[in-house]
Amino acid sequence: MSEHKIELTINGRRQQATVEGRKTLCDFLRVDTGCTGVHVGCEHGVCGACTVIIDGLAVRSCLMLAVQTDGCAVTTVEGLAAPDGALHPVQQALRDEHGVQCGFCTPGVVMTLAALTDGPKRPDADTLLDAMSGHICRCTGYQGIRRAACKLASKTGAEKP
Amino acid sequence: MKPAPFDYYAPRTIEEAYKLLAEAGGGATVLAGGQTLMPLLALRMSQPFILVDINKIDALKGVTRVTNSAGSRVERRASGGPQGEAQEAPSTSATRIGPVVRQNEVIADETLRRCLPVLVTATRHVGHHQTRNRGTIGGSIALGEPAAELPATAAALGASIEVRSVRGTRRVRADEMYLAPYATALEPDELITTIEFPDWPSDTVPLFREVARRPGDFALVGLVGALAIESGRISRAGIAWFGMGPVPMKARQAEAALTGQSVAALDVQSIAELAVADTAPFDDRHASAEYRRTVGRRIFARALGEALNVRQAA
Repeated sequence: MSEHKIELTINGRRQQATVEGRKTLCDFLRVDTGCTGVHVGCEHGVCGACTVIIDGLAVRSCLMLAVQTDGCAVTTVEGLAAPDGALHPVQQALRDEHGVQCGFCTPGVVMTLAALTDGPKRPDADTLLDAMSGHICRCTGYQGIRRAACKLASKTGAEKP
Repeated sequence: MKPAPFDYYAPRTIEEAYKLLAEAGGGATVLAGGQTLMPLLALRMSQPFILVDINKIDALKGVTRVTNSAGSRVERRASGGPQGEAQEAPSTSATRIGPVVRQNEVIADETLRRCLPVLVTATRHVGHHQTRNRGTIGGSIALGEPAAELPATAAALGASIEVRSVRGTRRVRADEMYLAPYATALEPDELITTIEFPDWPSDTVPLFREVARRPGDFALVGLVGALAIESGRISRAGIAWFGMGPVPMKARQAEAALTGQSVAALDVQSIAELAVADTAPFDDRHASAEYRRTVGRRIFARALGEALNVRQAA
């Protein structure tokens, strides 16, 4: 059993921590740093609720060890809205299109869409909808999420029917 | 749902990594992308004493083109095969992919899009966007999941896998890598250092078909390969199935039947029969063996027919 000192940026704030080698990133974020917006559903990479952004890429935080994020920039759902509370465009789109019901899967959905739409190139709807296959939502029937994703997509891509 | 305790190491060099594996005497596991290993750790189906994280080893990253094949002779497994030393025509160039290249990096890589379009297509079907951001080509090749796209793609295209340990360096042909589900020719102290795909002729038609319940699910039936065509004849065929047996299944009879044939005169249906003859599908809760054979026959005929039609129309 090994312990490791790590230094990383979480939602723009530099942090240091000591973590056991086996601690998953999602447990570290929730328990050690209080980012409880990271929702842990299945804990084995199927549901997508724990998705966070690491160095610009959406990844499942239950499938990474905390020690692996040494030197990385991690963004959780807590880091998206502006300090004055103004929602991130992804959050606003999900709200406008009723893409949220119980809200358990929502942080993961938001992080995947934010990672893709905040990148250098705005993806088309097909790309966003394909990425949504990595999330399980048991309430909405996905239609609101699909509408939000299409709204966020570039207009050159395939439009929703 | 929490991993059992282990000692974590993140070496910076290949030598450090394989020394750790050797010292652990089988008690160590290599962590690449972790998209399969992390669930196994969480479920405690895997409980290594030592975890060797290879993500910080720069020498295991990147895609390179090589043009010399003199030094890249492929060593056969010690147990050997009935085929003996049958050597394919040596290719003059190849693409070498580091095992820690992420699956989404494979999809975006300009060199791979140009030189290995089938690999790029197959990789799009691996997992989901979020897992492809971490999951690596080497991790998938090393795991040997029978329904996975990448082991079959490597076997179909004639790739070889370079592995290193304190005992030295050797190469394993991808079509001899897989012994049983999740069992490979890799020894516990060996580390994959490169996956090398030989170049195919410029006039090569890709084959890819996958049937799965939902995008990102494991394939019920999958087919991947390439046909090289020279002046109206198939000069070389490499085809493998995934989800159609305990390991990636090479369609050797179909490959032999296709090689040398004129594109215009092919009997697609009878070659599809031959292709399915080289499979050993099983019943599970997702599909019956009979379903897999039926679907396999149809997707093979369709893929081959479309590939050849495209060639003739061009």
